[in-house]
Amino acid sequence: MTTSTQGFTEEAASGARSFEATGGDWSDIAEEAARLGEERIVVNMGPQHPSTHGVLRLMLEIDGETVTEARCGIGYLHTGIEKNMEFRTWTQGVTFCTRMDYLASMFQETAYCLAVEKLLGITDDIPERASVIRVLMMELTRIGSHLVCLGTGGNELGATTVMIHGFNAREEVLRLFEMITGLRMNNAYIRPGGVAQDIPPGALEAIREADGKIREFVKYLEDLLLANPIYKGRTVEVGTLNLAGCMALGVTGPVLRSAGLPYDVRKAAPYCGYETYDFDVPTSTDADSYSRTVLRIEEIYQSLKIVAQCVDRLQAMGPGPVMVEDKKIAWPAQLAIGSDGMGNSLDHIRHIMGTSMEALIHHFKLVTEGFRVPAGQVFQRVEAPRGELGVHLVSDGGTRPYRAHFRDPSFNNLQAMALMCEGGQLADVVVAVASLDPVLGGVDR
Amino acid sequence: MTHDREITAPGPQPDGEVVDVRIGMFGVHGSGDTSGFGGLVSPVVMPGAAQRPYGGYFDEVVDILAELLEESGTGFDNAIERVVVDRGELTLDVRREHLVEVCRHLRDDQDLRFELSLGVSGVHFPYDTDRELHAVYHLVSVTHSRTLRLEVAVPDADPHIPSTTEVYPTNDWHERETWDFFGIIFDGHPALARIAMPDDWPGHPQRKDYPLGGINVEYKGAHIPPADDRRSYS
Repeated sequence: MTTSTQGFTEEAASGARSFEATGGDWSDIAEEAARLGEERIVVNMGPQHPSTHGVLRLMLEIDGETVTEARCGIGYLHTGIEKNMEFRTWTQGVTFCTRMDYLASMFQETAYCLAVEKLLGITDDIPERASVIRVLMMELTRIGSHLVCLGTGGNELGATTVMIHGFNAREEVLRLFEMITGLRMNNAYIRPGGVAQDIPPGALEAIREADGKIREFVKYLEDLLLANPIYKGRTVEVGTLNLAGCMALGVTGPVLRSAGLPYDVRKAAPYCGYETYDFDVPTSTDADSYSRTVLRIEEIYQSLKIVAQCVDRLQAMGPGPVMVEDKKIAWPAQLAIGSDGMGNSLDHIRHIMGTSMEALIHHFKLVTEGFRVPAGQVFQRVEAPRGELGVHLVSDGGTRPYRAHFRDPSFNNLQAMALMCEGGQLADVVVAVASLDPVLGGVDR
Repeated sequence: MTHDREITAPGPQPDGEVVDVRIGMFGVHGSGDTSGFGGLVSPVVMPGAAQRPYGGYFDEVVDILAELLEESGTGFDNAIERVVVDRGELTLDVRREHLVEVCRHLRDDQDLRFELSLGVSGVHFPYDTDRELHAVYHLVSVTHSRTLRLEVAVPDADPHIPSTTEVYPTNDWHERETWDFFGIIFDGHPALARIAMPDDWPGHPQRKDYPLGGINVEYKGAHIPPADDRRSYS
């Protein structure tokens, strides 16, 4: 490690001299600052820092150990996903939006597909089996996402065991995803009109088995965290944000519910048939980081409850269609595993290449050109693990989205960072940010 | 994508907002269309003004807002250009001068109480003359379990909209994002800096005249052009 402290000779725009320190020993920097007689110290945390939850940059003005001003710098992971979606068909859009908040892929996929379906006016034509599978996948995603939040949150406080248990539990969810969608992350499984394929044989048993394992790991996490005096010392009454602050800053999700408002889009504006499931919306009135941990653990149990209901329904329902009947919208193939991985089933290839010219034309038109969506705009909300996810879709009647905008909860909630951190300790910034649980892929898109 | 946009569609004018004119049938650009459908001209029309009753809670919301705007002396017709009801969603087209007042009424009146803002997003319609840039505001009333959308259209030559951050502080970053991606200037915003792109970035990437960019990629001897240069159907 090298220390480089430079005094710039020219006056800064504000008239104050500024000094930069990069790396090195903290005591050397403090000594240098004391020697220079400058009291205002701005610490730049990130964007490459293990406890900023990804490429988040925090600019903290500190006075001793107290943070007097805090600001976020974002945009380091901006990849132009929304712009890219304007150049692909409506179906291809799923492949892009699944990569935004990469811990909550299914929520972007579902919200986007629900919005496309609303634009097409086919919301009521989605087969029930597809809706149940969507709910199942979203709740499994919520479990996985909350487990990462708890795990990395613990890791950022130095509790590595918490992270290991969190990720081990999430592994169970990822195994289910791999079994059902073929991919662990970035699944692109949900499609306008339904889902890519039905759940494979044995999936329901695997989900029931995983349920028990996840409960076991979550119990470990509870034991490790909830009565742990160090963890409580670090999180109780840290990173507080009251209800007024949440509403003014549009903060939703577990952070809003920790302030006492039982607002959950699954209850407030149900989609995918959420009104028919039995689950609770846990709340707290402590409005601190600890209560958010408790809420996330409770939400995992509520999600497991919904998952069990989905499994029962799928079992009772028996096999059935998972894609809308309209052949002008439904992707014209069933997938199958071949020697080179997953692709169109050989039966389908035989059908279009060997027996039906019309089927070949239909397949070609739908896959290369896509379907047209009547002009207009819609806004679709879903309850993502981090809060309210909104999709604003505009169509000009063409085969591609004219504009797709995602109101990502992480992006919005990060605005509350300053309010939660200013006036607190430097070390509490890490706790506060961890309790917001931002995922920078979603923030920057 | 070089067809002549000056052509106006024949026949009666539609009552919605014409944002573009589509030519041909198959959406193919840059290659000869031998199908005979190449001469088709059809306008791209966004849903037009709705007729009463709007349905559901929409009438009540519009009535209360109208009453408040009349009381304050602004007048409903001066503030709201159109009321659009489409696909079960209510959109109010607001004139920018009165946007902040409309937001304040929507947030503060106890029968409206749209206390939660879900942000701002922009849309660019390059051929919608003098209404090229649209800012769209998504509001939620947790109290009454209602949603509402406000839409403000401004000309590209004068892309100013008053900032709503004093009513909805959460719109701070959303307005910065819309400025960054579309070049809409939100007057009165506390710090309207770019948010996703670097500070010295030229242009506003989500505008339709801003290219997607990309390079040719070789795959098994063939060259695949970037997405915006490929033959496509729009």
